[in-house]
Amino acid sequence: MIIMEYYSAKDLLAYLQENLTENIIHSELTSRKAGVKQEEFYNLWVEVKREKFKEAVKLLMKLQYPHIAIIAGSDNGKTIDLVYLFSLFYGDRFKEISLNLKVSLDREKPSLESITDLIPGAQTTEREIKEMLGVEFIGLPDMHNIFLPEDFPKDIFPLRKNQEGLEELLPKES
Amino acid sequence: MSKSTYKVPIGPIHPSLEEPMTFNFEISGERIQAVDLAPGDNHRGIEFMGRNRNIVQIIYLAERICGICSASHPFAFCRAVENAAGIEVPPRAEYIRVIISELERIHSHILWAGVAAHELGFDSVLYLSWKVREEVMDLLELLTGNRVNYGMFMVGGVRRDITEQQIARIRKTLQYYKDVYQKLEDVFLKDPTIALRTKNVGRLTYEEALNLASVGPTARASGVKKDVRQDQPYSAYADLEVRAITPDIYSGKVNGDVFDRIIVRVLEILQSVQIIEQCLDTLPEGEILSEPKIAKLLGTLKKAKGEGVGRHEAPRGEVIHYVKLNESDSPEVWKARAPTYNNLMSWVPMLQNQEVADIPIVIASIDPCIGCMDRVTLVDSHTYTKQILTRAELRKLSIEKTRRILR
Repeated sequence: MIIMEYYSAKDLLAYLQENLTENIIHSELTSRKAGVKQEEFYNLWVEVKREKFKEAVKLLMKLQYPHIAIIAGSDNGKTIDLVYLFSLFYGDRFKEISLNLKVSLDREKPSLESITDLIPGAQTTEREIKEMLGVEFIGLPDMHNIFLPEDFPKDIFPLRKNQEGLEELLPKES
Repeated sequence: MSKSTYKVPIGPIHPSLEEPMTFNFEISGERIQAVDLAPGDNHRGIEFMGRNRNIVQIIYLAERICGICSASHPFAFCRAVENAAGIEVPPRAEYIRVIISELERIHSHILWAGVAAHELGFDSVLYLSWKVREEVMDLLELLTGNRVNYGMFMVGGVRRDITEQQIARIRKTLQYYKDVYQKLEDVFLKDPTIALRTKNVGRLTYEEALNLASVGPTARASGVKKDVRQDQPYSAYADLEVRAITPDIYSGKVNGDVFDRIIVRVLEILQSVQIIEQCLDTLPEGEILSEPKIAKLLGTLKKAKGEGVGRHEAPRGEVIHYVKLNESDSPEVWKARAPTYNNLMSWVPMLQNQEVADIPIVIASIDPCIGCMDRVTLVDSHTYTKQILTRAELRKLSIEKTRRILR
């Protein structure tokens, strides 16, 4: 896909802020230096509201086909927090920006719109989050387990903080 | 399902590839109609294990995610922690990190080339290319003490320095690879039989590579110029001119087939040699660790709060680690992603409409870290009778196809 225009990290943040306005809960731009020449590279962290998450991904699609690396998920006891690790503007030296889109979901009934219709490559990682953290992705085409066996109990999500393992598999105290 | 198709599950154990995985094929005659992937037979819950370990312990755990990428995972993990906690790495350590990673790339690509030749039935090429690989394995053992799981990486630098004598030895190895490179190119890129078996086989188009978020040589062979060393240079790569290698550099066009993946990997061997040479020429002097006392380092990390992403271009593609530190011994979240994870989906379009005898080379063509086929079960959809093909028989099919072409 042809890149219309390279954005700097600041411009990218401004572009998102302009289009998502108050739907951005928090944003942060971090930079690190690399090598002897001390060249800078950027990480952009943007937390968006759950309802507008898919719209944010659609905004990225207008710039360049975003590469999704993975969704990192965590359970903090109250909410399930997801971080979508995107990279944008790849293909040239020093142009790439890591965009980490964050979204926070209700732990009781976590659900989010699937982005697999926009980026089919997100399927593996969405399925992993679904079975490991119990997030329901609306519109995910393949609902089978990917890493867990098919007969794994449906109400147990191994990477949630309250999980200590399956009771019957734990060694019994004699 | 039409009457003419039958199902072929392949897996979950396969001796030539490292880890288990099942492929469920739907086959019509000799052609593959559909494929369903079922990984997870070897899920070790490494991220869960990380919750009970401190950062320094996790480096060694990360190293053991993969035996071949055993520099890539700790590299990405250390970068993630450094980005989260704001730790600076001394320049000399940055260069040593890159030298080790590029040596790893040389051995991984030659290993892959040998495996690919084996899948095609050229076992003599397998033995010869693995003999060539021994040179870099010996060098890695000299530099780090180990052939695999080098134990070089530490948050804030590396654990061992490279001495003057070792630099001379590295230069000797680089010269060896420069001498032998033309032979590698002749064997893999100019041999008519390899070309016949791999050209127009297992194609992945540019659009598919983008849509399925492919990474590494798999994506680059389809023309996607994506390479972390180029796009977001880190460590010493920021000082060096690294460009993503696509097959059009060699052949003038991008076809996205297995042959193009061979081109990319073979050219990257030479690229790695050049990168290491540049690193040796400009190797800065100085410290190799920002904090040599591990107890003190752990104390700093215990107080750190923040999130970080660490990326590294491993031989198979981008490795990405995400770490969230929250003022405790262990990270609150640690997410590791190996390149094969993203390349999994690429198999679906690659295997579509291919012959059964091409399954081994197409599966091997993305250089999978998971993936195997110990035996194939052919299930006749009418009678449900099972016929088990051993992995040896499947390879025999592949070898027979090569022999047919040779005639």
